[in-house]
Amino acid sequence: MTFVVKPRIRHPQLPVNDLGLTRRDYEGAVSTLCAGCGHDSVSAAIVAACAELSLPPHRFAKISGIGCSSKTPSYFLNNSHGFNSVHGRMPSVATGANLANRSLYCVGVSGDGDSASIGLGQFAHIVRRRINMVYIVDNNGTYGLTKGQFSATNDRGSTSKKGVPNLYEPIDLVSMALQIGAGFVARSFSGDKKQLVPLIKAALAHPGMAFLDVISPCVAFNNHNGSTKSFDYVRGHSERLMEADFVAPSEEITADYDPGTTENVRLPDGSILRLSKVARDFDVHDRIGALEYVQRSQERGEVATGLLYVDPDAADCHDILGTVETPLNALTEADLCPGEAALERLNESFR
Amino acid sequence: MKPTNIQDPNYFHKVVDCQWACPAHTPVPEYIRLIAQERYTEAYMLNWDSNVFPGILGRTCDRPCEPACRRVRTEEKPVAICRLKRVAADHKGDIRPYMPRVPTAKNGKRIALLGAGPASLAVARDLLPLGYEVHLFEKDPAGGGMMRSQIPAFRLPADVLEEEVDLILDMGVECHFGHEITSMKAMLEMDFDAYFVGTGAPRGRDLKLPGREEVDEHISIGIDWLSSVAFGHTDSIAGNVIVMGGGNTAMDCCRTSKRLGADSVTVVVRSAFEVMKASDWEKEDAMSEGIPIINNRPPKEFVHENGKLTGVVFGCVKPVKGDDGRLRYEPSGEDDVFLPADHILMAIGQENHCPWIERDAGIQFDKWDCPVLDEVTLQSTHPKVFFGGDSAFGPENIIWASAHAHQAAISIHLFCQGQDLKADRPPEGVNLISTKMGIHEWSYDSEHDPAVRYLVPHADKRQALGNIKIEVELGFDKRLGAKEAQRCLNCDVQTVFTDRLCIECDACVDICPMDCISFTENGDEAELRQRLMAPAVNGDQDLYVSGNLPTNRVMVKDEDVCLHCGLCAERCPTNAWDMQRSVVHIPQLGSYAQ
Repeated sequence: MTFVVKPRIRHPQLPVNDLGLTRRDYEGAVSTLCAGCGHDSVSAAIVAACAELSLPPHRFAKISGIGCSSKTPSYFLNNSHGFNSVHGRMPSVATGANLANRSLYCVGVSGDGDSASIGLGQFAHIVRRRINMVYIVDNNGTYGLTKGQFSATNDRGSTSKKGVPNLYEPIDLVSMALQIGAGFVARSFSGDKKQLVPLIKAALAHPGMAFLDVISPCVAFNNHNGSTKSFDYVRGHSERLMEADFVAPSEEITADYDPGTTENVRLPDGSILRLSKVARDFDVHDRIGALEYVQRSQERGEVATGLLYVDPDAADCHDILGTVETPLNALTEADLCPGEAALERLNESFR
Repeated sequence: MKPTNIQDPNYFHKVVDCQWACPAHTPVPEYIRLIAQERYTEAYMLNWDSNVFPGILGRTCDRPCEPACRRVRTEEKPVAICRLKRVAADHKGDIRPYMPRVPTAKNGKRIALLGAGPASLAVARDLLPLGYEVHLFEKDPAGGGMMRSQIPAFRLPADVLEEEVDLILDMGVECHFGHEITSMKAMLEMDFDAYFVGTGAPRGRDLKLPGREEVDEHISIGIDWLSSVAFGHTDSIAGNVIVMGGGNTAMDCCRTSKRLGADSVTVVVRSAFEVMKASDWEKEDAMSEGIPIINNRPPKEFVHENGKLTGVVFGCVKPVKGDDGRLRYEPSGEDDVFLPADHILMAIGQENHCPWIERDAGIQFDKWDCPVLDEVTLQSTHPKVFFGGDSAFGPENIIWASAHAHQAAISIHLFCQGQDLKADRPPEGVNLISTKMGIHEWSYDSEHDPAVRYLVPHADKRQALGNIKIEVELGFDKRLGAKEAQRCLNCDVQTVFTDRLCIECDACVDICPMDCISFTENGDEAELRQRLMAPAVNGDQDLYVSGNLPTNRVMVKDEDVCLHCGLCAERCPTNAWDMQRSVVHIPQLGSYAQ
């Protein structure tokens, strides 16, 4: 960690977005994570995605649980709402926040300990309920904050820093998310911003549960030769399914593309996620196929990265429940207590 | 692009913009750090080693370092480098113990220095510790040259000048003051082992316009007039004074006139305000003393009645920017203007002028009447004769004189030892020393200070204008000096990258406040500059490119606006980045002295 604060001064020619803000305006407090932590790269990718999309920082709700990953919402989007909740309980708080105010961008950041161990039940149910949010897991396969025990996502046979192998099967959050209803599932790598930033942008544009599993190496405890979540291992075994490029609604599509290997995924807000060089036998709209693909590549010891599954028309929790368009926290007393006549009509309908 | 060769002394030297811009390559950030640590004596000596006249230059330098300062690019105003130099000079302790030792047993070689200005004095300083017998010939009764005769006392007090001149003379220079040299041949017959010509650019330009002859006694050449003020021959000037010219001499003339009792003083310049040769701060000082500067007015005629000057007629022009970006002047269509004047000071430039060097003395001159010199060795076509300062390549300034002197001294030494002036010249070098002291601990103050440039206090204006000896700028006191020193970005503490240690975690990219660092596919420079984290638009500043990394990318760092804050190294988990202080070794004759 460092206590040396990043100075406020910025590059004089740094681009300004539609809101008149630079990337620097989307940063947060100084990170107290270890030098080189993958999580800081994920935070930087969120900063880049929000700045490039010209999203207003004050319209964000950042929610997290406990762990190194869950500290990171302090390190991006300084001028937004945030809630650092109890261990594994980020999904409950996010559910509440999203139900109360559906107009906010909801970003939940969790870790493999927070989501795959203590919070596994919470994780499963928020995905199942399809809350409209971006759910990011900073996945390093280790309990970094308590000095490097295996976490539930650590691969069997992968070793600790001292060489002791892990005896248990890993939980694969991506497979679970595919099984239980996420409309957007992707896996990426903190060391590959070229892929990660467009995926975060698309996840923000996706209306419903968007789950992103980001392999984010722990430089202090899980970046050694026996680890399957180290920089070297992930780079050496990464199976990049596609190049991703995000095109905002206002942007023009200019570059040529080959329909054989390129696919444009239209998102409901008019933006497009362009996937190029898609692996030949892969279909991002085939949920079962994705599930199989992910499992098979895992068996080979490969890490399939990119957008794994998307259903742009997937319903979110508000659609399922049929709630009003107005955020619940903006409903007035008159909306909530429509009077005796309305109650009478309602009662009449049940008779 | 090919990986950057950081072994090349020039690579990191160029990153230290101030030091690179300084003709004498003074290690600016290093002495600013010493000032911040209140080690004024050391700061002074570091300056003295490279530029010889820190106290004088701390007041009068042309400051090529300041427009080059990185702070101009990252924010707006440069660090007040020159004024900090003065802080070191004003607050230094006893420096005598640090003076080089001059051997009593001489080495048998005798050197003649012609002219006692900064160039000759600096050569004397470099040669004396090696046992040379140095003879100094000067027409004036005291040493200092133009520093004494042309810079008025309100900018450079006599005691500051004398201290630094005497420091050198006291090292054992054989002085021949009041000795005007009239013949180079005669000098050569005195059979010194080598000659150094440091006679400056002593001839002020004149303007042959109608009426010039008739009003001769009402017109003075600026530098001659300043000199006669400096030596006490002139102590007043009356009536309306017009100063013609837009350089620093013009500024000194007008401010001196104001102090010597002129009723009114006006500066008239033929060119536009922005392109005037005078330094910005000198123009500001003159204007703040209530002296008007009138631009775009070329003189046409001196008007007189019965041999008495009454004024000057000026034409009116307007500047037009040509396709090459240069200003040309066209008639503006306005009527000529007449400005009344009783005295005119002509400060329209000077020339080096050596009528005493016979043209058959073996020293070749070019078509501009400048000596033909080797640019590196400063040797003339007569092997025994070397030139430096303004007499070498025309009027420059004191800091160039110091720079020339160091080179000439090396040449003279090599020449006297029978060595080759080029092949045996000592090379430049660079040392890199890590500043890492522990976790989060660096041996320099790495944090960026957002403070704006501090203003220097001035003497009370009414008092200053009444006495030519009262120094106008009071200089920073220790407190202000320490604050201004904090603004220095420590550009000599380099970001050094070791590619084989890098794990490409992006931590440095994410933390860099100025978006200097990118990891990307290699390409040619012009194209690469376009696709970095922030556009690298300043082509004068290098890109630092690493070797290939495991992902087949390279690290590219744009040196342009790097704050040298060390956050990249602070956040690097593998020490692939380190902050290393670069010490550029600029050879001087002292390097030989043992």
